[in-house]
Amino acid sequence: MLQILFDALSLGSLYALGALGIALIFGVMRLVNFAHGDVIAFCVFALLWPSTDAMAIVFAGQLPWYLLVPFVLLCGAGLSVLCEIVVFRRFRQANPATMMIASFALGFVIRYFLLMLFSSRPKSISLLPELSQPVEILGARLPLLQLITIVATMVILIGLTLFLRQTRFGLEMRAAAENFSMARMLGVRANRVIMGAFALSGALAAAIALIFGAQTGTLDIQMGASIMLMAFIATVIGGLGSLGGAVLAGFLLGAASVIMQVMLPIDARPFRDAFVYGAVILVLLFRPQGLIAARGTKERV
Amino acid sequence: MAVAASLANSAAVAERKPARFALARRTILTPVLLSLLLLAIALITVMTGSRPFNQTVIDVFVRVILVVGLYIFIGNSGVLSFGHIGFTCLGAYAAAWLTINPMMKRGSLPGLPEWLLATRLPYWQSAVLAALFAALAALIFGRVLMRLSGIAASIATFAMLAMINTIYSNWESVTGATSSVVGIPIVRVIWPYLIGAVVAIFIAWAHAISRSGLALRAARDEPTAAAASGVDIPRERLVAFVVSGAVMGLGGALMAHSIGVVTPDTFYLGLTFITLSMLVVGGMGSLSGGVVGVLLLSALIQALRWLEAGVSLGESTFALPKGVQEIALGVIMIVILALRPSGLMGNRELTLPRSSRNK
Repeated sequence: MLQILFDALSLGSLYALGALGIALIFGVMRLVNFAHGDVIAFCVFALLWPSTDAMAIVFAGQLPWYLLVPFVLLCGAGLSVLCEIVVFRRFRQANPATMMIASFALGFVIRYFLLMLFSSRPKSISLLPELSQPVEILGARLPLLQLITIVATMVILIGLTLFLRQTRFGLEMRAAAENFSMARMLGVRANRVIMGAFALSGALAAAIALIFGAQTGTLDIQMGASIMLMAFIATVIGGLGSLGGAVLAGFLLGAASVIMQVMLPIDARPFRDAFVYGAVILVLLFRPQGLIAARGTKERV
Repeated sequence: MAVAASLANSAAVAERKPARFALARRTILTPVLLSLLLLAIALITVMTGSRPFNQTVIDVFVRVILVVGLYIFIGNSGVLSFGHIGFTCLGAYAAAWLTINPMMKRGSLPGLPEWLLATRLPYWQSAVLAALFAALAALIFGRVLMRLSGIAASIATFAMLAMINTIYSNWESVTGATSSVVGIPIVRVIWPYLIGAVVAIFIAWAHAISRSGLALRAARDEPTAAAASGVDIPRERLVAFVVSGAVMGLGGALMAHSIGVVTPDTFYLGLTFITLSMLVVGGMGSLSGGVVGVLLLSALIQALRWLEAGVSLGESTFALPKGVQEIALGVIMIVILALRPSGLMGNRELTLPRSSRNK
C-alpha cells in the first residue's frame, strides 16, 4: 500500500515538474512549448562527451553531486534562454498554432542535433549509483532514489512558491501571467520576465533530466517525449497558465497511472494508458477550463 | 467578419438557388487549379518512368490527402487537432483487414470476426469502406469532443490519438500489436493516389462552400456573433470532424496500399507533426495553403535527402553529414513561420489573378 503511494508520488513528481515548466512559459507568452521534452533530453546528454560509439563516455557525469546538479541546471536554463532569444522572440505576435509548430520545429532541430552528436542508440550510464540502494520505511522497502525524487520535488515546489510570492521578480512574473499587456503598462519589463520564465522552465527540465536519468540508467534521445506528453496534458487539465493547477494535475495523473496499473484486471493492463487518456477526456468534458482556471486566460468579448 | 456577413447573406437568399451556384462558380477555380497542378506532377512522373521517383510522388499524394483532411477540420474550425492521424490509423488497419489474403489473415490476425476473415476486397472498395469506418469513429468521438473548444479540444483530440494508438499497439489478436501487419497488396500505379488526392480536394472545397462550412468559418472568426446568428457551433464542428475523418481514413487506406505494411507507430506523433507542419507552413486557413505546404516541404525533404546521399560536383563528391537533413528542415520551417506567421498562403486561395478580387 505504502509502495503504491510512493510510486504514485514519484511518478507524479516528474509529471508535475514537467507541467510546471510548460505552464510557466504558457503563462507569460501563451506558447505551448513542444521543445520542452527535447530540452530534457539535451540536459541528460550534457553529461556525456559527444561520441557516436555505443559506449557512453561520461564527462560531466563524473563530477561530484554538488557540482553536477548546478551544472545540469545551468545547461537547461542556458539552452532554454537561448531558444527564447534565437527563436521565440520572433513569434511574440504570432497566433498560438504558429508558435506551437515553431516550437515543435525547434524541438526537432535539438533532437537531431543530439542524434548527430550521439547517434540514436540508447546509452547506459550509472548516474549517482549510491542512490539506488533500498531503504526501509514503515515496513516497505523503497529505493532511496524514489524518496529523494519526492523530497527534491517538494523542495523545488516550495522554493518556487516562495520565489513567486516573496520576490519582486516573482511578483512581476505572476502579474505578467495574469495580464501581460497590463503588466507591461505598469512597468514590468517584458524581455526580462519572459527570459526569467524560460530560464526557470529550463532548470525544471534539467531537474527532470537528472531524476529520470538516475531512475532509468539509460539515456535515449526520445526520453523527453513520453514525460512531455503527460506533462502537456497535465498543464491543460490543471487549467492552462495556472501553476498550482499544473502541479496538482501532474500528481493526479501520476496517481491515476499507478492506481490503474494495480487495480485493472490483468487482461486490461496493457491498455492502461487508454484508460488514463479516457479519464483525461472525461475531466475536460466536465471542466473544459481546467481544474483550477487561471485568471486572465478567458477570452473577452 | 466577412465570412459571417456572407453567411447572413446566403441565409437571406436561401430560397433563391442561384446564390449558391454563384459561390460555387466563383470558387471552383481553386480545386480545379490544384488538381491540374497534381495532374501535371503525375504526368511528369509517368514520363520520367523512374521507380524511386514514382514512389516519392505517391507518398506526396498520400500526404496531400492527409493534409487536406486536416484542413477540412482545422482550417474551417480554427481548432488545432492532434488526433486526426488516429483516423488514418483506423483507415489503414481497416484496409489491411479487408484486403489481406484470408489464409494469411487467419494466421496473423486470428481475433478478427469470421465474416471479416473470409472477405477479400479489391483495394478501391476497401479504401471506400475504410473511409466510412473512420468517419463512423469520428462521429462517435466527435459527439463527445466537439462540445469542447480551444486548447481543451486540442488536448482532448490528442488524448483520442493516444487512446487509439494504445489500443492498436496492444490488441494482439486483431491488430497484431506493435509488430507490423504484412501482406497488404501494394499498388504501385500512381493514378489511384492522384484520384484520391483530387477527390479529397473536391470534398474539401464542397464542404467549405456548403452552408455548414460557411457557418463554421463564421464561428471561427467571430464565435460570439456566429452563435448569436443561430450557428450551432458544436454541430457544425461535428460535421467538419466527420468529413475530415473520412478523408483521413481514405488517406490511411491508400497509405497502407502504398507501403504494404502497417504498424501503430507509423500513425503516431511523427506523422501527426509532419502533416500539421505542412498545413501550418502552407497556411492553416486555406485549402491551397495545405496543398502548397505539402508540395513545398516534400520537395525540401527530398532535396535534402538527395544532398545527404551525396552529389558529385565535378571531381569531388559533396555530401551532408547525417542528421543535417532534419536540422535544416526544422530551421527552414522556423524561418518561414517567422517571416510569414500565417503561412505561405495566409488565408488566400490559389485562383487566376483576375478573380482574386472576388474572394
